[in-house]
Amino acid sequence: MTCLPDETTRKLGLVIDLDTCVGCQACVTNCKEWNTGGHMAPLTDTNPYGAEADGVWFNRVHSYEVTTPEGSSRSLHFPRSCLHCEDAACVTVCPTGASYKRTSDGIVLVDEGKCIGCKLCSWACPYGAREYDVFEGVMKKCTLCVDRIYNENLDQEDRVPACVLTCPTGARHYGDLNDPQSDVSRLVRKRGGRDLMQEMGYKPTNQYLPQREKTNVASSVNQSPALAPLDDTYGASGLLGWVDRMLERMD
Amino acid sequence: MHPAASVILFTTASGVGYGILSLAPLLVAFGILPDEDRWLGGALMLPALGLVTVGLLSSTFHLGHPERAWRALSQWKSSWLSREGVMAILSYPPTLAYTYAWVSLGSVDGPWVWAGFATVLTALGMMFTTGMIYRSLKPVPAWATDWTVTGYLTLGPLTGLAVIIAIASGFGLHPVRFQAVAIVFVLAAAIAKNAYWARLQAAWDDHAQNAGAAIASPGNTVRSIEWPHTEANYVLKEMGYGVARKHAEKLRRITRNLLLVAPAIVFCLLPSLLPLPYLIWAVIPGAVLTLAGVAIERWLFFAEAKHVVSLYYGVE
Repeated sequence: MTCLPDETTRKLGLVIDLDTCVGCQACVTNCKEWNTGGHMAPLTDTNPYGAEADGVWFNRVHSYEVTTPEGSSRSLHFPRSCLHCEDAACVTVCPTGASYKRTSDGIVLVDEGKCIGCKLCSWACPYGAREYDVFEGVMKKCTLCVDRIYNENLDQEDRVPACVLTCPTGARHYGDLNDPQSDVSRLVRKRGGRDLMQEMGYKPTNQYLPQREKTNVASSVNQSPALAPLDDTYGASGLLGWVDRMLERMD
Repeated sequence: MHPAASVILFTTASGVGYGILSLAPLLVAFGILPDEDRWLGGALMLPALGLVTVGLLSSTFHLGHPERAWRALSQWKSSWLSREGVMAILSYPPTLAYTYAWVSLGSVDGPWVWAGFATVLTALGMMFTTGMIYRSLKPVPAWATDWTVTGYLTLGPLTGLAVIIAIASGFGLHPVRFQAVAIVFVLAAAIAKNAYWARLQAAWDDHAQNAGAAIASPGNTVRSIEWPHTEANYVLKEMGYGVARKHAEKLRRITRNLLLVAPAIVFCLLPSLLPLPYLIWAVIPGAVLTLAGVAIERWLFFAEAKHVVSLYYGVE
């Protein structure tokens, strides 16, 4: 049934630190690598090495310039993937029962055998998390690596989503957001984790940690000799400096 | 939103079909259409049945797995798309019964009246559930209004009425009989569409003004400097359609003229001025213009509706 569970035992999800993310695309790559052989495999590509390359990806990283009302600006790298919302309209709009939210852990999944490929779920998602596979004729989406996190063939420390495992800066965290004592819940409290587009009312499980307050280093940066143009006498002192000054005086 | 040709064909064709089905039994009940004329019954009910059937079939063309379409009847508890499918099935028995009574028996008295009543209700139910599919999509602010549903509930009957008048005039019925009904539906459609357009831009701006909230930076100005992909992906192809948006004002003017002004002149004004033989040459082109207008309106309905995911791509 595409009715949502009243509550889920756990709320497994990601906490993504926008202060730490450097936009390296490693999570994007490892997500694709794992999932093209995983639960929703394959993540089909259209013409991957030619013009108009396209394909199914569960995780996309955007880059922005963000300017505060005071006029201070900086870059922000933003990984965008399924937020496994509590109020997931992508599930309730599904006419066939292919989309569902698990009562045990809150993960939103698609049963590919039931999907008719009407695409309505992708319209219902404000975050653009679902991508349609034109070859298979079904909708695909992030599984929170459901085939990793419970996978007893993997070592305990590897039982996390591929994107979390690979992140070189530690910007991605995974855990149970229903448990107030979990590491991710503490992180969200400490850093003021936010819902994306809260006004939509989807109650996303995944949380984003905003960038920390910027320290104003502008004045010291401007005095740096490295920022002054390099002239031909750079570093000339002593005898060479004297020669330089003398030669300057000649006509 | 990308306007799939099959969805435009479906909403236009089935809109006309259910429009006829929602009005014809009522017009018979009020004596505006004669049920003793079997040929007229056939000329109205059979094209209506054909249009809704073609429309429903065409709506399955854009599916990735049309052979699984039957599954779409299962989730009526949560999904308006599923409810629409169920309503489509429910509409056939009363419609076929009413058509049988009118065409074969030449009379829709007694219990057949109830079949007519059910035909009207299920036809209205179809337009309502179709409208609710779009109305319930919060990420498309243009659609998330009751005016979306009102649009479907008025444009279906208006286009159905245009076809009924055109066909009935061929059977010697003077269009002046339908004048009052035409005035009601032209006015209702004009109110629904203009109210829909009046709030469209403001509804979008509500979200676009706080684009920072989409990337956990509310209150800040956001400029997209790099996309995750160099070519258009599924999200942009499906949700980022822009051609009609560029010409939205012109297309709205064309829609207003074809869908509202043309029927107002042809079905509301001219019937008082002209005798039947001349009117036939006005109501048939009038119906064609109305149908062209509704097809453009359906296209525009998709094309000028922006999805909030486009905020991630720097759409303002």
